[in-house]
Amino acid sequence: MTGNIAILGYGLSAIGPGIGVGLIFAAYINGVARQPEARGMLQPIAFLGMAITEALAIFGIALAFVFKAG
Amino acid sequence: MSIVATAVGAVSADFTPPGVEEFWQPLFGTDGAWAITRPILLSVLSVALISWWLLATTKKKAVVPSKGQMGTEAVYGLVRNGVAKDLIGSKEFMRFVPLLFTMFVLILTNNLFGVVPPMSYPTMGRIGFPVALALIVWIVFHVVGMRKHGFFGYWASLVPSGLPKAMVPFIFVLELITDLFTRPVTLALRLFGNMFAGHILLVLFVTGGWYMLTNGGILVVAGGVTWVFAIIMFLFEILVEFLQAYVFTLLAALYIAGAVADEH
Repeated sequence: MTGNIAILGYGLSAIGPGIGVGLIFAAYINGVARQPEARGMLQPIAFLGMAITEALAIFGIALAFVFKAG
Repeated sequence: MSIVATAVGAVSADFTPPGVEEFWQPLFGTDGAWAITRPILLSVLSVALISWWLLATTKKKAVVPSKGQMGTEAVYGLVRNGVAKDLIGSKEFMRFVPLLFTMFVLILTNNLFGVVPPMSYPTMGRIGFPVALALIVWIVFHVVGMRKHGFFGYWASLVPSGLPKAMVPFIFVLELITDLFTRPVTLALRLFGNMFAGHILLVLFVTGGWYMLTNGGILVVAGGVTWVFAIIMFLFEILVEFLQAYVFTLLAALYIAGAVADEH
């Protein structure tokens, strides 16, 4: 079996953001279900939270390629 | 089982998965620093396209808008009201709207090049482009903050008021790292990473499906399924491209809002 362990590291780094993004959208759906008129207010917050959480996984893939090359 | 295993073995033997080299496409000249590459040509094309679009749809302005003017107004309204006004506040947002609108439209056009066939290359998948945009945002939000609060006042305003005295230096260092380093780096890397990873995924699905269809033997079925998934991934990529343009603009507005806010 051949390959690069950096890609495995990317897989590990994607676990946390995966859970995080799930929690954010669960809370967003909950909020909208309870109070549909709050949707406009919640949407930017939800996407902002998603973008910030997702950045960790993006760092993971960038670093995976950096260390693959090195 | 063994047939599948040998088939998979044969596939993995001489199929080269796409990698970083997929993004290095010089058109004129091959010297690393000065080659005219595909992304730089596409970014020039995007500027021409945006100029043409804005001029064509706003030349005959009317109170009852035409279809083209309505579309332009919808995009402008999204940035002006949905992003700038909501986040920066109705007092100071207007002078940042040109910057945010430019950022949004430029990033969106360049991202959409990733799935439109003749271009088929997300410009923001080269790290230089997001870095340039993030640098502009970084300079803008520090400069407007310093103009508003004064040089020392701005750095002092990073620390939230009402902290115990012993905590102030630690929080100040933490906020300094966030403002000077983490924010621009995440801003650039998020856009770059999404476009880069998305494009590699598309290339992998399409070339992998092609490989399996042409010499996969029993894996021809899998090749067909892979192409179906490639189409689904294309649709998903369009969503990601819109989202990343929106998120970049949203975060830029948020950082500016934090810098010009009266208190942190």
